[in-house]
Amino acid sequence: MPVNETLSQYSDWSYTTATAIYVLALVFFLIEQSFGSRGRSAAERAKARQLVGAGAPTPDTADAPPAPRGRAERIGRMGASLLVLGALLHLAALVLRGLATHRVPWGNMYEYIMAVTFIAVVTWLYVIRKFPVRHLSGFMLLPVVILMFLGGTALYTVAAPVVPALQSYWLVIHVSAAATSSGIFLVPGVASVLYLIRSAYDRNPARFARFGARLPEADVLDRVAYRTTVFAFPLFTFGVLCGAIWAESAWGRFWGWDPKETTAFIAWVVYAAYLHSRATAGWRGTRAAVINTLGFAVTVFNLFFVNLVTTGLHSYAGVG
Amino acid sequence: MTATESPPTSQYRPTPAKRVLAFFRNTWRGLTAMRTALILLFLLALAALPGALLPQRALNPPKTDQYIADHGWWGTLLDRLQFFTVYSSVWFSAIYLLLMVSLVGCLLPRSFDYIRSMRAKPVLTPRNLSRMPHFREATTERGADDVLTAARARLRGWRTVERDEGDGVRSLSAERGYLRETGNLVFHFAMLGLIIAFALGKMFTYDGQVIVQATGGQDAVFCNSGIYAYDSFNPGLRVDGTDLEPFCVKINDFTAQYTESGEPTHYSSNIQYQSGADLTSGTWKPYLLEVNAPLRTAGDRVYLLGHGYTPIFTVTYPGGDKRTQATQWRPENQVTYLSDGATKFDPPGVTDAAERRTKQLAITGLFAPTSFLHGGVLTSTAPGLNNPMVAIDVMRGDLGLDSGKGQSIFEIDQSMVDDGRLKRVARQNLEVGQSLTLDDGTKVSFDGVQQWVSLQVSHDPTQGYVLVFAIAMLAGLGASLLVKRRRVWLRVRPADGDGNGTVVQVGGLARTDQAGYGEEFTRIADELLSGGKRK
Ligand code: HEM
Repeated sequence: MPVNETLSQYSDWSYTTATAIYVLALVFFLIEQSFGSRGRSAAERAKARQLVGAGAPTPDTADAPPAPRGRAERIGRMGASLLVLGALLHLAALVLRGLATHRVPWGNMYEYIMAVTFIAVVTWLYVIRKFPVRHLSGFMLLPVVILMFLGGTALYTVAAPVVPALQSYWLVIHVSAAATSSGIFLVPGVASVLYLIRSAYDRNPARFARFGARLPEADVLDRVAYRTTVFAFPLFTFGVLCGAIWAESAWGRFWGWDPKETTAFIAWVVYAAYLHSRATAGWRGTRAAVINTLGFAVTVFNLFFVNLVTTGLHSYAGVG
Repeated sequence: MTATESPPTSQYRPTPAKRVLAFFRNTWRGLTAMRTALILLFLLALAALPGALLPQRALNPPKTDQYIADHGWWGTLLDRLQFFTVYSSVWFSAIYLLLMVSLVGCLLPRSFDYIRSMRAKPVLTPRNLSRMPHFREATTERGADDVLTAARARLRGWRTVERDEGDGVRSLSAERGYLRETGNLVFHFAMLGLIIAFALGKMFTYDGQVIVQATGGQDAVFCNSGIYAYDSFNPGLRVDGTDLEPFCVKINDFTAQYTESGEPTHYSSNIQYQSGADLTSGTWKPYLLEVNAPLRTAGDRVYLLGHGYTPIFTVTYPGGDKRTQATQWRPENQVTYLSDGATKFDPPGVTDAAERRTKQLAITGLFAPTSFLHGGVLTSTAPGLNNPMVAIDVMRGDLGLDSGKGQSIFEIDQSMVDDGRLKRVARQNLEVGQSLTLDDGTKVSFDGVQQWVSLQVSHDPTQGYVLVFAIAMLAGLGASLLVKRRRVWLRVRPADGDGNGTVVQVGGLARTDQAGYGEEFTRIADELLSGGKRK
């Protein structure tokens, strides 16, 4: 079936607009992060009390003292609304791309990045509902915006059908699991980097003196990283498993140490090491955060280096 | 007796045997420690890395050789250190063997603990429940029996035990989330199984590639009868190719669909196959072979890997003898399928070898499925067969076929040309149906085009087991990461004084994921204290 040019055009517009809105939200969040520390720390204390007393924050915060709302706080809320708006446009871009090409919209690198960043944003929206970390959204949006910018410029590909080897329902399953888990892994990646900064500050308040103080407790960041990793890791495993099943029917073997497969294996082992480190005395905390950051670095490496530099069976990037 | 002199250990002098034993015991302990496992995991990740960065011989031999040649002593050194065969290298194997040993050493004691804990009752209720991370207390009108019965109903699915602590004090210990440890063990054991099945597979696997004409005729049949039937063959460590599982396939056609811009959207091939009893009865079963749909028969899989074109040439010799050849040419451009090749002819009726070596013919050059002539130079603009054309050189002389050197079916032996023993006698572009005539009256005609497919046959007897272990791993992992271990205790005692009220205390402890327990505990405690569902 031919590609629907009009829908593909609308998809591109949605994508560009979503990126622009994220940039705007990024600015709002940076303002909140930089100027909102007083109001926020009070809010955080309130939330933290709830976390300790009642565990996870409950939706009904009726008995918690109303958090003081400064201007920064209001800007942060606006940022969050913008984030939701951006995510909706982002979703529209994905759906329209899919409708335009009559297939799932993750058949080349541009589309894959579009999907990964969308998942990252959605995961983050969930995280900020559960943890008092909204003012950190800027740090989360930074890699998202960079990825989307690269995707929309250097890696952009016009809407087109995919080559025969990709025409399989495994494309839907395998790639969506891979994209979803990579997108979620972005969150613990960012949280772990912030954790490292915060814990450096905790050990020696002279380091990152201004910045570190504005970050949430190391403990909160650790928990964000752990919870999201624990969710993404089985999904990632599932994705690799489906990839192997697909490879068996498309390429004649379920595992062949193709560069992409190898890097996925490395990422998997690194995240397994992260989970082990949290059960190993002396490795919790900083070392675990380093490992998690490393895991994310491998994920990004897999996306860029392996797709663009090496030649393997997975080189469907669609960038010529 | 002086207190300071001889150290108490002096009577105990370890014998060599004991020292060796101690050494092994310490090595074993070290190897099975969590920290070692962690470091080994890192080493494994690190050791796998060169495989992604450097070309690997198993995947791409020419590129590997090129890389080594380009990097001089450095390339040679890396080659010696097995950096181009990472996954079968000594060091990679050593790491994963150590990891396996570590894993087994870790799993055995944990399995025993696990069996013990599965039979054990939930732990005693701590004396002072209010010290637990979660604690609630209330006084109720209801009697102790009531409270306990309701609690047991609420904690259905938890493992519970009730204990009488005397003086009318009774307590209930409840624990949940045993599946977590089950999942963890299943995961690790399944991983062990997967690694073993994978390694066994490497012993008994093979794969082979072969090009078959897609005509449905005699040249379209491939039988898995031995290594010689293949164009290339990669045996596992324990495969010598002598007893391959027999089956035959016949390729009846090949169809490719393209977009308007010439990108392929679909490949398929109607084939027939026979295996087992069909081989003797001569029955052929039909199958539609597609890119993501291999034929599975006789424990093997047959894949459609690619396709190409075979120009058909007929040579009419001056004496009237005709010879027709259909030799596959190979696509040199994967987008437009501009192909090259060499179709070779032996002169008919010539028995003298020396004379034959002056009259052999080869037709070489380019084939374009969708031809486009640009200043007389042939190119192809699309991969589909729209208006095929060849641009050929006809070479005459000694093809070098008798030299005993193997030669590619796609090329002529260039050294024969360089030696002047093979000369070009014509160069021309031909459309289907056109012909050219050589100086001696020999006519060469381009009769038409047929298609070929390249097939891969793969054999891996353990891949089914690998899949089963992988699914078990996934299930174990899910349980191990998502199930939460929780404890709840309930203690009831008669209220002070004479009334028939009861004091109920509820304590809770999360053995995993502390932070997530609060809300849940609050809910459970509310229900336990109020004796029913929260309204
Ligand atoms: C072949 C290498 C190994 C891999 C890929 C691996 C992978 C994993 C994964 C993904 C988990 C997460 C599940 C969870 O957190 O419950 C885990 C947990 C665990 N593994 Fe391994 N493992 C390996 C070897 C080992 C070895 C050798 C040991 C023992 C020394 C071990 C002991 C444990 C323990 C105790 C846990 C539970 C940690 C926790 O409760 O968070 N593993 N492993």
